[in-house]
Amino acid sequence: MPDIGVRNFAGSINSPNPFWLASAPPTNTGEMIMRAFDSGWGGAVWKTIGEPITNVSSRYSATDWNGQRIMGFNNIELISDRTIEQNLREMAEVKKRYPKNAVIASLMVASNREAWHEIVTRTEDAGADGLELNFGCPHGMSERGMGSAVGQVPEYAEMITAWVKEKARTPVLVKLTPNISDIRTVARAAKRGGADGLSAINTINSITGIDLDTFVPRPNVDGKSSHGGYCGPAVKPIALNMVQQILADAESALPLSGIGGIGNWRDAAEFLLLGCGTVQVCTAVMHFGYRIVEDMAEGLENWMREKGFKTLEDFRGLSLNRVTEWKHLNLNYKIVARINEQKCIGCDLCHIACWDGAHQCIHLDRVTGPVDGHVEVHPIPGAKEAESRASIAETPVTRKERAAAFAEGPYPTPLERIPRVDETECVGCNLCSLVCPVDRCITMVQVDTGLKPETWDERTRGAACGAE
Amino acid sequence: MSTAALPDDEQLRARFGELKPPLSAQAAVIEADRCLNCFDAPCTAACPTHIDVPGFIKRIASGNLRGSAIRILDANILGASCARVCPVDVLCEGACVMHRQNRKPIQIALLQRHAMDAFWASGERVPVAAPGTHKQRVACIGGGPASLACAAELCRRGAHATVIDRRELPGGLNTYGVAEYKLRAADSVREIEMIRQLGVEFRCGVDVSSATTLEALEAEFDFIFLGLGLGAMQRLNIPGEDAAGVMNALELIAAYKTGHLRELHGTVAVVGAGNTAIDAANAARRLGAETVYMVYRRSESEMSAFDFEYEHAKQEGVQFLWNRLPVAIREEAHGRLKLDTVQVRQEKGKLERIPESEAEIVCDLVVPAIGQSPLTQLLQELRGVAVSDGKIVADRVTGQTGNPRYFAGGDCVNGGREVVDAVAGGKRAAMAMLKSAEVAHA
Repeated sequence: MPDIGVRNFAGSINSPNPFWLASAPPTNTGEMIMRAFDSGWGGAVWKTIGEPITNVSSRYSATDWNGQRIMGFNNIELISDRTIEQNLREMAEVKKRYPKNAVIASLMVASNREAWHEIVTRTEDAGADGLELNFGCPHGMSERGMGSAVGQVPEYAEMITAWVKEKARTPVLVKLTPNISDIRTVARAAKRGGADGLSAINTINSITGIDLDTFVPRPNVDGKSSHGGYCGPAVKPIALNMVQQILADAESALPLSGIGGIGNWRDAAEFLLLGCGTVQVCTAVMHFGYRIVEDMAEGLENWMREKGFKTLEDFRGLSLNRVTEWKHLNLNYKIVARINEQKCIGCDLCHIACWDGAHQCIHLDRVTGPVDGHVEVHPIPGAKEAESRASIAETPVTRKERAAAFAEGPYPTPLERIPRVDETECVGCNLCSLVCPVDRCITMVQVDTGLKPETWDERTRGAACGAE
Repeated sequence: MSTAALPDDEQLRARFGELKPPLSAQAAVIEADRCLNCFDAPCTAACPTHIDVPGFIKRIASGNLRGSAIRILDANILGASCARVCPVDVLCEGACVMHRQNRKPIQIALLQRHAMDAFWASGERVPVAAPGTHKQRVACIGGGPASLACAAELCRRGAHATVIDRRELPGGLNTYGVAEYKLRAADSVREIEMIRQLGVEFRCGVDVSSATTLEALEAEFDFIFLGLGLGAMQRLNIPGEDAAGVMNALELIAAYKTGHLRELHGTVAVVGAGNTAIDAANAARRLGAETVYMVYRRSESEMSAFDFEYEHAKQEGVQFLWNRLPVAIREEAHGRLKLDTVQVRQEKGKLERIPESEAEIVCDLVVPAIGQSPLTQLLQELRGVAVSDGKIVADRVTGQTGNPRYFAGGDCVNGGREVVDAVAGGKRAAMAMLKSAEVAHA
């Protein structure tokens, strides 16, 4: 089987796999972290240690979507509410019992050098394999000059990173907040401050929703709410983009622990393909428990075996240079939608999506006879629907009527409900294939334009040359 | 609408518990979320009343339950009973595109019921136009689904409608003829109460069968809608048919639903294999009959009952005797009966008796269930309303008969289909009457 172990991440951090628990409720106590390691987690970033705080009740809220719970998750919980002593005593115990797993201490103290020097020394003495500076917490702590209040000001981030590096013997990771117009400004500052690695992204400022009976946003704390930090599956695309931005920028790039909406091995593989060395998970564990790591490890191994990768390094970062600026994309590449008549179930969502959301080139005219070209006249979807509703339908009560009503044709769907793509007009936007509920029913197929590749950059440079 | 004529009988409720219990609120939302929201949805097209199925389902998903119910009622005022009695396997759910992906179709009937139950529970009323918006006065003869739908549509749009029915309670088969485990008589009456609140006037216990009464109606109303349904159950035309202990399927169903028949014992022989025959056979089992036979002169593959009804009857413990022709009923001692039968086979489209195959079924009740006869008695009185093959001849789209003041819909036109077909027919006729009224008053 492939080796999914992590070696010398950010200098010297090792873990049996790239799956770490993020600094959050699942890493609140030593007892929890030991159970997580028993379940197979490779590492854990301890729930942020600092001067103990007092939390409110309630603390979490979520966005459900289409019957699924927790598409996005939001919290207004602060850092650890347990004493530094208690956390560090348990940390020493965990390291003693689980020497092969990575234990990273997330830290947040007041912005003065002595406080940081002291916490760094005490934590490393407890046996931490690395430190993660929490410059990202977007709620509560930021009002006290910590968390994202630091992470949003590059100078502060650089300064505190430098203070920590004066004392630290283990790798120092800086956890970045996404609540900033360009995440690279703080990534660069952390690098200038001497950070050995980065973690990104922290949670995104959010209000998940408002109770339409009480008018109080969630989570409700005695009739009031406060903005929280958003995470879970909904934030993955945002996280992937920021990870790409950081790793594609020479002044920012450092060993990166990817965070944001990771819930299974596929998500993890995507972060690794963009160049992350490890990944961190929280929401999915809060939803389903530590056990999800079993499939994450197995799934990643099986995928690596299928692709012929022996170690994580074999594929880490492979997708990074596949992201480019828009101006470098080939304008002469053309794809069109093709509908597989044998798979189409006749929901006709592609038709209405194309008409109302795209370019009016998917038609329901297979029976009346297709015409391809730029001057076609088609009835609008509303007319088609009105026609159906004006028709007379009857219950097929006899066997003969039922046989006729459910007669099988050449395709699983009656021909008049299988849409047709006008390839001349199709712009290859993908929308129909995205709304189609049937796997591989609509495929986007490349068509030869007869033109050689040309980017916007090349075209406008060419125009500039021509003007000379 | 009083339900005093209906029993509140614990035994009936226990024995005829609902076949399909309602969805919980959360289950309804989960099911509603499964719906793909097809464009020009096949379920909507398959529904004779063209209920906007994805429309009402997505309103359940969003928590807009009032909107969902109104969406249903806009298309089908009997949305609540249709949710319970429609053969959805061959209608909306049969048309669901999920089948083509080998997935379970959306449970449209249960979702529709969910929306309708919520509407009732909320005490909301169906919006209506101001009375008098349309000047037309319409008499709807017969109190079944076709007339109810016609009258409701007229009143919702601000015209006047009076429903005239010969029985104590309106609703026709919805009240008296549907298996209680599908639709309770009390629920039918509750639904009709909602229709009464739209402004529909009801005259119950009134028989309109003479030329004089019709003339009086013609004088009082602008249009007459015929929602007469079908005639009495067909007779078997065999000796002994009038013996005590012979009771046709509709009589049996009405008797137990109104509390006049609470118990059965011994053996019951139901003759026929249609949907009503199955309702009667299942009812006999639930009323206590130990053995229930369905005696059918043709084969299993020819029975007219829906497949799901056949499966249900088997689950209820009904036994089927195929290709067996009843030839006589004989009265025995202690009120028992002997049903003489003979095995038959089909020869060139005709039933041929197999020699030496006579068999008698000793039973306590014989239930003829071979369909309803066309209703012709009243029709002879109606000048200008053509009847063909026992069915009123009416325009397919408008329901207008040869007499322009007479419209018709439901079983008396289509020869006997489902509640939802009657609703569609009644609604189309109402629309046509309003339209022709506008022309007349223009």
